[in-house]
Amino acid sequence: MDELLEILTDLHPDVDFETCDTLIDDKILDSFDIVSIIAEINDVFDVTIPAEEIVPENFNSAEALWDLIERLGDE
Amino acid sequence: MLFTSYEFIAFLVLVLVSYYVVPKKFQWPLLLVFSYVFYFIADPMYLLFILVTTISTYFVSIKMEAINGEMSAYLAEHKAELTKDDKKAYKAKMKARKWNWLLLCLFLNIGILSVTKYTNFVITNINNLFAGEGPLQLVDMIVPMGISFYTFQTMGYIIDVYRGKQEAQRNPFKLALFVSFFPQLVQGPISRYGDLAPTLFAEHKFDGKTVSFGLSRILWGYFKKMVIADRMLPAVTELVQNPNEYSGAFVFVAMLFYAFELYCDFTGGIDITIGIAETMGIKLAENFNLPYFSKNIKEYWNRWHITMGTWFTDYIFYPISVCGPMLKLSKWSRAHLGEVIGKRVPVYLSSFAVWLTTGIWHGAAWNFIVWGLMNFVVIMISQELEPLYAKFHNKFKVKGTLPYNVFEVIRTILLMSAIRMFDCYRDVPLTFKMVGSMFTEWDFSAFTSGALMDIGLSGADYLVLVVGLIIVLGVSLAKLRVGSVREVLSQKPAVVWYGMMAIMFLVIIVFGAYGVGYDSSQFIYNQF
Repeated sequence: MDELLEILTDLHPDVDFETCDTLIDDKILDSFDIVSIIAEINDVFDVTIPAEEIVPENFNSAEALWDLIERLGDE
Repeated sequence: MLFTSYEFIAFLVLVLVSYYVVPKKFQWPLLLVFSYVFYFIADPMYLLFILVTTISTYFVSIKMEAINGEMSAYLAEHKAELTKDDKKAYKAKMKARKWNWLLLCLFLNIGILSVTKYTNFVITNINNLFAGEGPLQLVDMIVPMGISFYTFQTMGYIIDVYRGKQEAQRNPFKLALFVSFFPQLVQGPISRYGDLAPTLFAEHKFDGKTVSFGLSRILWGYFKKMVIADRMLPAVTELVQNPNEYSGAFVFVAMLFYAFELYCDFTGGIDITIGIAETMGIKLAENFNLPYFSKNIKEYWNRWHITMGTWFTDYIFYPISVCGPMLKLSKWSRAHLGEVIGKRVPVYLSSFAVWLTTGIWHGAAWNFIVWGLMNFVVIMISQELEPLYAKFHNKFKVKGTLPYNVFEVIRTILLMSAIRMFDCYRDVPLTFKMVGSMFTEWDFSAFTSGALMDIGLSGADYLVLVVGLIIVLGVSLAKLRVGSVREVLSQKPAVVWYGMMAIMFLVIIVFGAYGVGYDSSQFIYNQF
């Protein structure tokens, strides 16, 4: 989780990713950010997030994103 | 049958009355019949194309769901004996089978769209390689009305079924209505099945407020289309079709006129579409969110033609940018070109693909392709300049102040309007020349010599346009303040609400751009 928070904070140092759960709803992350995050996740965790998983529920918070990484890693 | 024709109004009345008269379980089948009648009146041959799209999508979606079912049953049955790797391999095999069906469906339907819309464009370009005297003859091709819109909408559905986000519709007639629902057939919005289906197939009882809200939206759309957009059309046509006569400051006038004309034409058309659906209790996706209040081009594209933008993001941008080869390329470029450039590679390549497709989607001509790529260039430059903007905003503390907000809004309107001149002149070198002439041949006498009274608009026309645009601006500002203007007005005494609608109706009748010899123009987006 710490590595994920680091990836996110690198992208938007001004956002508190530990508490924010409206990253997509409040347009904090845009499509360019999402693509960058997915590439980093692929690098760091060796997990590929497919296009069909790019939905607000999976990207609205760091926690939701972490759950997604764990789920895809288990599959 | 144009939305602005008397035939369409009569057709609409017939649809509405029938919709609320028939037993509710027949409402959606009735809409299917009327949608097919609407399409048949336009051209009986069109039905063939829409039927192929509907039938092929139906069978492929059912097939893919059958594969899903087979996979779930197999995994449940062999749960105990399969290892993690076995399951993974089995899922990959089944996914590949679904992928083949998806490819077949996409190939067929995008193929139909490409052949009907782009054959002559390809032939012309091949002939141009032979100095315009190439060996190929242009073909007389039928381009079915709204094919770009219904193809994209239907392909969105089949991709969602493939992704498992959407259950396949097992009733072929319901799918046929989703593909052909007549109000949105000609210029969108491009609906998602999951959003539209529940409201499209639901039973709707007559509700005065819903119907009057729908009618008010229709009237507002006709006001924008007929009082403003159609009135501006002759002036825009005169200015852009005579580039030798009208350069310099006149190009600036044409640019602004076209910006307002297109806004009123397209948003007006969508207002009519959404309003028609609303009168039947059907909720369509919004396609605009005050785009001319955007402070940058990226924001503009989140507010203009929203359903097309999100379609491209979900079905082209993301799949390309997160696919295996792209992730490998991203890794490679980070290792070899450095973190900064490497990170940008997937975003830039996918954005390029999106804007190229957006340009091609708009029309089979180089001007649309260049228009799309100009958007790409400007968005990428803005993206790169963001750190510089941030420094500027930190230093001068102007961000968020009213004058700076106004500056950003005007800058975005001018930038978007300038790029849109490719759509206006329909000729790439000419567009560059004419836009350039604004800077090299500017002459204020264009505004003082009375020449603007000779471009197809009289003093009375200008007055109507100014008042009309002030009303549109006022309503937009009110929307910013109170949200739904209709909700506020409808809570006033009935005489105010219905009085407003009556005034709007009268204004359209009196000030709508028609009369002797008037030929109601098509909506600009009908051609796409």
